[in-house]
Formats: sequence, C-alpha cells, structure tokens
Amino acid sequence: MFRPTRGGGVSCWMSANEAQLLRTLVGPVMELLSDPSKPGGVASDATSATGATGGGATGDEAAVFEELERMFEDSAPDAPEKEKPADPVLARLLPDAYHDDPEAAGEFRKYTESSLREAKKYFAQVMLDTLPEKGGRIRLTGDQARDWMRAMNDVRLMFGVRLDISEDFEGQLASLDPSDPAVPAFEVYGWLGAVQESLVQALAR
Amino acid sequence: MSVAPAEVDLPRSEDKSVPDKPWVTIVWNDPVNLMSYVTYVFEHVFGYPRSKAEKLMLDVHHKGKAVVASGTREAMERNVEILHGYGLWATVRQDK
Repeated sequence: MFRPTRGGGVSCWMSANEAQLLRTLVGPVMELLSDPSKPGGVASDATSATGATGGGATGDEAAVFEELERMFEDSAPDAPEKEKPADPVLARLLPDAYHDDPEAAGEFRKYTESSLREAKKYFAQVMLDTLPEKGGRIRLTGDQARDWMRAMNDVRLMFGVRLDISEDFEGQLASLDPSDPAVPAFEVYGWLGAVQESLVQALAR
Repeated sequence: MSVAPAEVDLPRSEDKSVPDKPWVTIVWNDPVNLMSYVTYVFEHVFGYPRSKAEKLMLDVHHKGKAVVASGTREAMERNVEILHGYGLWATVRQDK
C-alpha cells in the first residue's frame, strides 16, 4: 500500500502479480478510450421494439413497421456531432456536462471529448509506464500519483458499471454465493478500492 | 434548419454573464468514487480547505448532489472538464 515520501511523492511495494493485474485492467479502459468505432454515437436497439407491437399486426405489417423504422433511422439527419457514447462504461468515463440540456451537452462534448479521452489515456499510460515489470518498489512524484489516482478511478468506474456496484458494495459481495463466478471480480474491485484509498491518504497527508 | 438566435431579443446580449444568475458546477453522487478521493479532488482542484471539501463531499453523498462552485459559465465548464478527468460525475447549469 502507498505511503508518502519526502517531496510530496508516494511509494509502495507491489508484487509481480499485482502489477500484472493492474496492467491487465488498465488495458480495456485504454481500448475503450481509443476505439474510433465508439466515438459517441447511436444506440441501435430499434429491433427490439418490433416484437412488442400488441396491436395484432400480421407478419407483413410487422415487416412494414420494421422497414419504416429503418427508413426513419436512415433518413435522420446526420447524428449530431457528439452524443453520449453508447457503451455504458464509456458513457460513465465521458459523461454529459449538462444534465437536462442535450444540445448544450452535445456542443460541450464536441469541443472537449477528444481532449478528455487523450487526458485519460495519458493517465493510464503513466500508470503502465511506472508499473514494474516483475513487481517491486514503485516511486511516484505527486503529479504521477495524481495520474495514477485518476487511472485507477477509471478502472474502478469500469468495474462499477459492469458489476452494477451500489453504495453497499460489502453487502453485495456478502450476498453472493462463494461459487458465483462474479466473486473474483468483486474481490478485485475491493482491492482496487483499498489501493486507491492508500494512495489518496498518502497524498493528502 | 435554425432561425435567428433568440439572444437578439434579450435586452443585454451578453447572456453568459447575467449578473444575478451565476453559473454553477454540480457534482452528483456516485457509488464508486471513494469519499476520501472526492474530498481530495475538491481540495486539490478548487483549493478548498479540508473542512469545506469534506462538507461538500458529505453533501454530495447524503443529498445526491451539491453545488461545489459558482462563477462564469466558462469557468464552470472548465471545472467540469477537470472533474470529469478525475472521474467525478459533474455538470454545469445556470443557477435558478
């Protein structure tokens, strides 16, 4: 766990496994942030609507509705420059800046999303660059520590979305059957929280 | 598509700096972000003393959201950008 060092930095010792685990977890965050096919866009769940027309539509009618839906989708004006990303993790990492104003949110996103993506990728890269290959002592400056904090937080946010983490994380974990395949992920999430907590405490001192 | 912007009808066209309606930065509660982390971010980003940062963090935690700063729209948008960098769920709006 992290401790403060002289000069405003922090240090900690990490095993090879722990370092490898962090590297493995930062990877998907990096990929999501880098993926040009997820630039913020259009959720395409329209097909699920067709089964739910309780109006006794015949097969042909259903097909027509389906075709109409497609037409409307296709004829929609070009997607506004920036919508909230469809991927829920990415949507959490790059949230809207305006709560009830999609237009202002889209406008803001247009000018800031790519730099936010780059910043987050930079934080993740700092973490990857300072993780010892075979484990060992990690020494970070204050700035690097704040980059780590943010990169770790993005990893934890990814877990939070994927595992549907609530305020009562401990309760969620306790209610799982020990053989539940989600248990290891919850345990890793708990470990990440402990490491981040130690990092915050070391920095805040 | 769009017609002339509505701003032209306003008595003062500088809508972003209407003095009686400042803009605010809001932070929303989130089950993932650690309380200590949120406090640290408020201290570090806004330069608030620990006691104020902690109070704001608890407001977010207990009330679901809290106004953490106010000022010009540009400054609030800049705050939100920085807070998003820290993974906090932050938004901007004009104060009511």
